[in-house]
Amino acid sequence: MSTLAIDKTGPTRKVKLRSMSRDRTWALRWSYFFLVLFAIFFLIPPVYMLITSLKSSAEISAATNPWWVFHPTLSNYVELLTSNQFLRFFWNSSMISIVVVIVTMLISIPAAFALARMKFWGSATLATGVFLTYLIPDSLLFIPLFKMLAVVQDFTGITLLNRWYVLVFIYPTLTVPFCTWIMIGYFASIPKELDEAALIDGASWLQTLTRIFIPVALPGLIAATIFAFTVSWAQFLYPLVFTTSIDQLVLPVGITTTLIKGDVFNWGQIMTGALLGAAPPLVIYAFLMDYYIAGLTAGATKG
Amino acid sequence: MADVVVEQGRLARAASPRKRTSLRNAMGRKSTVAFFLTLPLILLIALLVLYPAFYSVYLATLNKAMTKFVGLSNFTFLFKRETFWMVVRQSCIFAITAVVFKALIGFIVAHFVHNIPGKKQRKWRGMLLVPWVIPPAMSTLAWLWLFDPSYSAFNYTLSFFGIGPIPWLGDTFWARFSVILVNVWYGAPFFLIMYLAALKSVPDQLYEAAAIDGANWWQKIWHITLPMMRNIIAITTLFSLIVTFANFDIVRILTSGGPLDRTHLFATWAFQVGIQSSDIPLGACVSLFMVPILAVAAVFILRDVNKRGNEA
Amino acid sequence: MAEVALRKVIKRYDDVEAVRGIDLDIADHEFIVLVGPSGCGKSTTLRMIAGLEDITDGDIMIGGDVVNDVPPKDRDIAMVFQNYALYPHMTVAENMSFGLRLKHYPKAEIKARVTEAARLLDITDLIDRKPKQLSGGQRQRVAMGRAIVRNPKVFLFDEPLSNLDAKLRVQMRIEIKKVHQKVRTTTVYVTHDQVEAMTLADRVVVMNKGRIEQIGTPNELYHKPATRFVAGFIGSPAMNFLPCRLEDAGGALQIRLTDRIAFALPPARATRYNALPRTDKLLLGIRPEHLTESHAHLGPGVETFDTVLDVTEPMGMETLVYFGLEGTPVCGRVDPNAGAADGAPMRLAMDLNNMHLLNEETGVVL
Repeated sequence: MSTLAIDKTGPTRKVKLRSMSRDRTWALRWSYFFLVLFAIFFLIPPVYMLITSLKSSAEISAATNPWWVFHPTLSNYVELLTSNQFLRFFWNSSMISIVVVIVTMLISIPAAFALARMKFWGSATLATGVFLTYLIPDSLLFIPLFKMLAVVQDFTGITLLNRWYVLVFIYPTLTVPFCTWIMIGYFASIPKELDEAALIDGASWLQTLTRIFIPVALPGLIAATIFAFTVSWAQFLYPLVFTTSIDQLVLPVGITTTLIKGDVFNWGQIMTGALLGAAPPLVIYAFLMDYYIAGLTAGATKG
Repeated sequence: MADVVVEQGRLARAASPRKRTSLRNAMGRKSTVAFFLTLPLILLIALLVLYPAFYSVYLATLNKAMTKFVGLSNFTFLFKRETFWMVVRQSCIFAITAVVFKALIGFIVAHFVHNIPGKKQRKWRGMLLVPWVIPPAMSTLAWLWLFDPSYSAFNYTLSFFGIGPIPWLGDTFWARFSVILVNVWYGAPFFLIMYLAALKSVPDQLYEAAAIDGANWWQKIWHITLPMMRNIIAITTLFSLIVTFANFDIVRILTSGGPLDRTHLFATWAFQVGIQSSDIPLGACVSLFMVPILAVAAVFILRDVNKRGNEA
Repeated sequence: MAEVALRKVIKRYDDVEAVRGIDLDIADHEFIVLVGPSGCGKSTTLRMIAGLEDITDGDIMIGGDVVNDVPPKDRDIAMVFQNYALYPHMTVAENMSFGLRLKHYPKAEIKARVTEAARLLDITDLIDRKPKQLSGGQRQRVAMGRAIVRNPKVFLFDEPLSNLDAKLRVQMRIEIKKVHQKVRTTTVYVTHDQVEAMTLADRVVVMNKGRIEQIGTPNELYHKPATRFVAGFIGSPAMNFLPCRLEDAGGALQIRLTDRIAFALPPARATRYNALPRTDKLLLGIRPEHLTESHAHLGPGVETFDTVLDVTEPMGMETLVYFGLEGTPVCGRVDPNAGAADGAPMRLAMDLNNMHLLNEETGVVL
């Protein structure tokens, strides 16, 4: 028994006499202090976009305090929103993103349903393959895709390069794998008894999908939709490579290529354009933040 | 009504001797349905991901005019160019430095957010994730303007402290610094969100037990937080490594690889060589050099994701 | 309303035989409970009746028709699941009417049936709520309501009370019995809880390792178990099994438990067991309630012996006493005022009129 006695004379811990609640208060204050610092760092660019977008060219070139607007004006917004060219970019981006979202959902929901519920030959491999595809970056594929489009165009006589709608076929390679992956996860989390109950209630597999699975996995569906939309909206490399004429450009490429004319930067308009270009994802984010974040974190779990 | 029921019964009875075959048919039907449900996905991946990937290998073995098979001479040509080795080095420095800082900042900020009361967390989290939400091409334009040689708002501010003017994009060191800074700014919120989710999944009892065992805050992080989050840290880091290594938007808009190719990454250099200089085979060749590191990272991610799946 | 019959039903998963040839006839209006430990094949059997699992061999008949290849929706059955499997995005009424709506029943009839079922189950107030807003017991009722509105030939219950706490389980057990008395639909009910089986069933089917051990009314199973498994499974605390041997002692038959303890068998038992070989390979099965405190007026066939108690468990209306006989732990039930105490000596009485004698090797009750 005596061998088990604890050595009380060993290293002693300095007993702090500060109370728990005081410790917590200080931890909280420091947390807020650093959070403010990081928030400033994270928010400088968008805030600076807004500040600059409210300035006239004259005020920008006058080199006054860049962090303050002395003569706020909406002229940059008026000019861009009445410019056919900018509206064209916006239209192209919107059309592409909306169609890509629809195409993505049409492909990934049935596939995810099959992969989550119907075990068939190669289904596990396919699920893994889908995840791996998601890890293949656009910068690996833009050159062969460009050449492929050129070859197909020469072969069939159908113009594919420099057409915005071709992007509708390309973007799903970026959106479908991830959306399928997270939908597999959401579908797999639905208890098996629910489809069995539906089966006994007389539902066909299509009815099970549309009347049970889709409504129950709606949060996942919204997360996937948001993901598909933001990825399509932000995509820069493919449109930069595949489209060149001004009327075929999407927003990110349009703003970076047309508003920057040689060395003459019209910063007021560029920032306005960038802000307007960032607006749709930001608005979606503001209203559907929880779904956005759910989608973001869902990718790290097995489907 | 009764007749119909009897009729059905007879049909069923008649069918029973052929049970095995009809069962096999049912199984076959299910597989067929599943196949058609996944067909669009398979086609998409096969035609627009797998095929181009292999096509890229083929393209890399052609001469510039794409008329002749030249074997590996594109690769040997690259090996002899100093710019290529510079791009390799820069890509590695860029990816590793950026990911390390993203991970660190994400980890630290996640703790700060986790510290504050639950109701306010939502607001702060919402604010801190904004960089990730803005399309990188758009936000990089804002950085470009912030780094402007003559009107830089940073230099304006720093001048009050007697610093600068700093050539943000004009000098090799500062250009690399700026490119990494913007990437860290863009990517840190992603780490923040992943870590925050992981932090919330650590049961409070563990910390309470550790506090009773006499652990200080550092020991709690080292012995509880980090081991519990190990898997998610690994997945997030590897994933970010892939995305950062293959980054295009930020460098393209900020520096276009300049000054003197000192900030080129594989993606931007491949774009310059393959699209702008129209040497498609050489461009394909450059981008193919990303494959080994991407493949290694992908294998490890898959392992960790599967592990997570098994834990759940 | 229909009878259900299983003929040599076999279920094989790859190499494992989950159900090894089951024959079972369930009469119309009957309440049958399949009971057994987990992995005994009871749930698989139920799921085969439902059509959720293919059968490997044999036939399943509902209402006289072979339904081996009939999909679940055409078998005219309804099932209540352990986790209720309520559709989370539908209200109670929508949950209950989903099957009818899929079959395009007229709206008025759907409404009438849902109202009637809700009234029967006393959930009329909850009809517009979502499952998330309901308690466990209420969800259970809705799941039953979903089965009732379909007015099927057969109700199938798959461990429906396992997710409820003990008190609610007793309440819902009575509720299920009441509902069955009202609707009289043929019911197959799966549970691992023998109390549930005994209280609910017209007949209980005890299953073990993919086979049926015994089919009988609750009383038959309790008083005349066919095998050691049934004898041990039904009843709580479980029946004691003591190694013993038959001996002839001066013309009478006696049963020897230890060197010290041997009891003469009552005449009825003696004639029954007289033909058995006098081997060691026998077990005496005796329920705890037939091991009580000794008192002055013991009837015929009740024998006493002395022992030292290990542990006692006062339950209020009785006290459970635990002691060892030749290394075999034994449980008895004594009166709380009989003076049983941990470590105390006690004289106990064994009612041999209610004993069972089992073959130790085959487990068959002799």
